[in-house]
Amino acid sequence: MAPANREDSVKAIEVIDLHKSFDSDEVLKGVSLEARQGEVIAIIGGSGSGKSTLLRCINMLETPSSGTIKVNGEAIEMKSDGRGGQKPANRQQVRRIRTRLAMVFQNFNLWQHMNLLDNVIEVPIHVLGRSRAEALEYADTLLKRVGLSEKRAAYPAFLSGGQQQRAAIARALAIQPEVLLFDEPTSALDPELIGEVLSVIGDLAREGRTMILVTHEMKFARDVADTIIFLNEGIIEEEGDPKALFDAPKSENLKRFISSVT
Amino acid sequence: MNIWLKPHRIVLLLMALALVVYAGLSMQWDWVPRYSGLLLHGIWMTIALLITTCALGFLLAVPLGLFQVTGPKPLAFACRGFCTAIRGTPLLLQLWLIYFGLGSLFPQFPEIMDSFLWPYLRQAWPYALLSLTLSFAGYEGEVMRGAFAGVPAGELEAAHAYGMKRMTVLRRIWLPRAILRALPTLNGEVVLQLKSTPLVATITVVESYAVTSTIRQETFIIYEPLLLISLIYMVLTAISVVIFSYFEKKVPVHDV
Repeated sequence: MAPANREDSVKAIEVIDLHKSFDSDEVLKGVSLEARQGEVIAIIGGSGSGKSTLLRCINMLETPSSGTIKVNGEAIEMKSDGRGGQKPANRQQVRRIRTRLAMVFQNFNLWQHMNLLDNVIEVPIHVLGRSRAEALEYADTLLKRVGLSEKRAAYPAFLSGGQQQRAAIARALAIQPEVLLFDEPTSALDPELIGEVLSVIGDLAREGRTMILVTHEMKFARDVADTIIFLNEGIIEEEGDPKALFDAPKSENLKRFISSVT
Repeated sequence: MNIWLKPHRIVLLLMALALVVYAGLSMQWDWVPRYSGLLLHGIWMTIALLITTCALGFLLAVPLGLFQVTGPKPLAFACRGFCTAIRGTPLLLQLWLIYFGLGSLFPQFPEIMDSFLWPYLRQAWPYALLSLTLSFAGYEGEVMRGAFAGVPAGELEAAHAYGMKRMTVLRRIWLPRAILRALPTLNGEVVLQLKSTPLVATITVVESYAVTSTIRQETFIIYEPLLLISLIYMVLTAISVVIFSYFEKKVPVHDV
């Protein structure tokens, strides 16, 4: 949960006036948000509202057309790409920041040529330069935590979607990230597998991790999030405390959205 | 149950055995001991040519395939052109162009004739090695292009999202994943390469097929050496298939 006094805690993520266009199609039209340390933010909205794009801009998987991203107060440096847009000015900086933000994808994106254990220790060893022994020891703890200890030697192709997503969460935790980014983590799962993944994410939220979560699971968002952001057609139309937002939505669009998904 | 003990398999095995016995008893094999040294040399040459040209060719195929996917455009165009040229012309022609072409070009340069390379360049096998390598690279460059392009974008994106450098992504994720995808095709291509090696006999390299020709010319026995050499190629093919399927089974992959 977020610290009682929001103003006192550090801004883990700060997004300022973010715009993103794909060709002539403007997907994000000036979005600003901040995630304080320990805060859980859930981004909701209809399909095409720009929620995934917003999340992917935070770790530069998508390059913002304009606007600023700050991670722990450090702005990601941008420069002109010579075609009227911009691109990251310092690839090294982007890589360093990416190792502090762990992303969990809708389609898991586990590396299929490695077993689960190797998936989890890959980044600690080959990006963070940790020793193999250290990485293995921590991976053991994490796989136990997501309930996949016995599957450590299995290849992703042999696992259910729920197991793959839990392994992907272990891979994310292995880098000891400052912020966890979840991009619709249960949207590709069969209904009966959603619960096991949500319960892992819920535990992480309750232990005070900073998280930004794009989701369609409204009940879950309401339970774990400190702040809900409702994105509609590329702008934040409403944000605030989950109870207030769900029980007393102000905008028409949010009212319509809530009634359509519940 | 043992896979060899099914009824139809037992019948086939018996038939094969009968053929071998018949061939052994009714045909002429007394030349084998006399030529065993030469035969072994030929087989060794075939294996050595196969392994080195596949290995070197594959090393070339990786950048040939990769640059076609990543660009820059001029480089992609050049790689594509190379693969197309190799795949569009007969290997025999390439072999002769390299052997007779380079082979007659080199002696015109005193620098080359004086260099330490000349003792090798006077022989035939470096030209065989070069042309078989280029041929394998041409075909495999195309295979690797498809394999690189087919690695699910999400897995590469995950690698980038966790802060991997481009070279690390290539070395740890993209290349191993592409090779895994290409394995079944590579298996077939290695077998094809094996069966291309007899062509080098036409430029005087003494490998398995050239040995049978020698035996035929000296003893006037035609059929038996050809049978023996066919058997040898089949055994080599089987070995290659077994090695590849071991690796294919090791890592099962579902592509999303």
